[in-house]
Amino acid sequence: MTSTMTPKRRKRSAEPARIPERGGRKLGYWLYFLPGALLVSVIIFYPIVRNLRLSFFHWRGGRAEEEFAGLDNWAALFQDQEYLQSFQNIILVIVAMVIVPTLLGLVIAALLFDVIGRRFGGKLSSFLRATYYLPQILPIAVAGVLFGWLLKPNSDGVVNQFLTFITGSETTVNWLGGSYPTAMGSVMVLMIWIQIGYPIVIFMAALQRVDPELYEAAELDGANWYERFRAITLAQIKPEVFVVSLTTTIAAMKVFAPVFILTQGGPNKSTYVPSFYAYNEFVNGTDKGYAAAIASSITILVAIVAVIFIRVQNRSERKDA
Amino acid sequence: MTTTPVQKDTTRASAGSGQPPSDDQLVKARGRRGGRPRTAAEWILMLLGVLGAAIVVFPILLLLINAFKSPADYSTSSPLDLPRSFDLTGIQTFWEQNDFLRALWNSVFISTMVALLAVVVSVLNSFAIGIGRVRGRTWIVLLFLMANLVPQEMLFDPLFTLYDDLGLLSNSWSVIITFVVIQSAFGTYLLSSLLGTFPKEILEAAAVDGASRWRILRSIIVPVVRPTLSVLMVFFFIWTWNEFLLPLAFLNTSDSLTVPLVLEQLSGERQTDTTTLIAGTLISIIPTIIFFLIFQRTLTRGITAGAVK
Repeated sequence: MTSTMTPKRRKRSAEPARIPERGGRKLGYWLYFLPGALLVSVIIFYPIVRNLRLSFFHWRGGRAEEEFAGLDNWAALFQDQEYLQSFQNIILVIVAMVIVPTLLGLVIAALLFDVIGRRFGGKLSSFLRATYYLPQILPIAVAGVLFGWLLKPNSDGVVNQFLTFITGSETTVNWLGGSYPTAMGSVMVLMIWIQIGYPIVIFMAALQRVDPELYEAAELDGANWYERFRAITLAQIKPEVFVVSLTTTIAAMKVFAPVFILTQGGPNKSTYVPSFYAYNEFVNGTDKGYAAAIASSITILVAIVAVIFIRVQNRSERKDA
Repeated sequence: MTTTPVQKDTTRASAGSGQPPSDDQLVKARGRRGGRPRTAAEWILMLLGVLGAAIVVFPILLLLINAFKSPADYSTSSPLDLPRSFDLTGIQTFWEQNDFLRALWNSVFISTMVALLAVVVSVLNSFAIGIGRVRGRTWIVLLFLMANLVPQEMLFDPLFTLYDDLGLLSNSWSVIITFVVIQSAFGTYLLSSLLGTFPKEILEAAAVDGASRWRILRSIIVPVVRPTLSVLMVFFFIWTWNEFLLPLAFLNTSDSLTVPLVLEQLSGERQTDTTTLIAGTLISIIPTIIFFLIFQRTLTRGITAGAVK
């Protein structure tokens, strides 16, 4: 069923749209690239090339001389505790930005669509959907400041006061500065809070596409809710699950603001993520070459992940066809 | 974040038998066996759904309650208590200490310019790719998409030096130029496949009438895809509004800051009073929420208009 909605496929099947030409000259079309190509070369490709090159040099920045370093910077990455830690944290960020929101999103979307939409009315389910989506539109920096306030240490923190109220005993956890588990956990909760609305909205739209008769047939065959969910819902909205995982995985690898606002990488640099580390090295570090190596390594990794995802998707599309 | 793929409005329409059914129609279709009373399990599930939504808005509600407390009230009461009296000290202090209107204007100006210019660049690129079908177009789309994939810390240092040389640091245009490129990458990707399916007959008729390419683009193609362009603009606006890393790097003087930057700076200062910070957070959220309410329909249409490639 994905095949009918794939633009690529339609492009190939039908005759493409084009303006008939007398001489069939296509050269003129390249002129339309001028502004876009010029901009993308200066703003995107010049920095990429420059940083890739810089990653093979030591450079203090400013007027200092560049000093060729060969593979030194790249080799140093693998000995660098903070760098390795930052990649370990990326796995936790992927849990918080991709895995948890996608799984929760599937359950909540099915709940809103199947139970609430069907049995309690479309108005309520649309309203709840908008509510879950709300954190998505807040600037992440603003959301970060909000959570920073909630998680203040000692007894003026909102969360601490709340816990004191529930447990009855004075709670004074230093959530963001105390220890790695609470700091990283707090960052992850913020990420889940921000991300949750995105899969819900996409999956609910996908569910509208599923033919209701499939469910009725399954119900007549005596399938229970879980069996229907797995055999029909999941199978039918697989493409959306795929798109959500791809886009959020790439976003997770590039994540910056939540860490910058909430923990500044602390305590003891334990909540570093690669982009924060690279930024910090560029701004405060002594070797921009090393910072460039960090940034380049993330860039390469993002590109690899994107290519793998696209390949897998193309393969599964071919299988479906 | 914020990676929200808008995709072709047309994909969905062509997927099934015509237009996607509305929520109400679906409810009717699926509740056909309806009429049976709601079971206890359904009530419990409904309450769980409501509870989840309540948890999501809870932080924002807390913000709302506490932004209107006086500093004394705030320090003596629990954050869960309602304010004893309606107090505007926090909001007033935030307003006086920060040039919020200036930041608001900067954010509006930057986001609007990016939305407009990025759509123009996207249309030009995708005209050559989707209609012109130039050689190597798949690769060209991928090259443009790099702008969207590349982590911003990879761009930050070289661009900082570049804008410094050009005298554009702490100038809105440094951020505008950068994000026109980043956002138009997505626009190019989206519009290219949309224009690839543009009705051939219309283009042929126009060419027979002697219209030039530029005229066909301006007077025929753009009006036809206008709904998609407006969805793109809304998304470009919001994405740019919410950006953090590069504006943080490029905008350093107090009169060039955007809304998220003002708040970040405020929260970084040790002497900031908590009620001021809460009030500032609330005020920073308000423009986004107004925008959300105005464009809610466009937004949901955009996000849901087929997340499937």
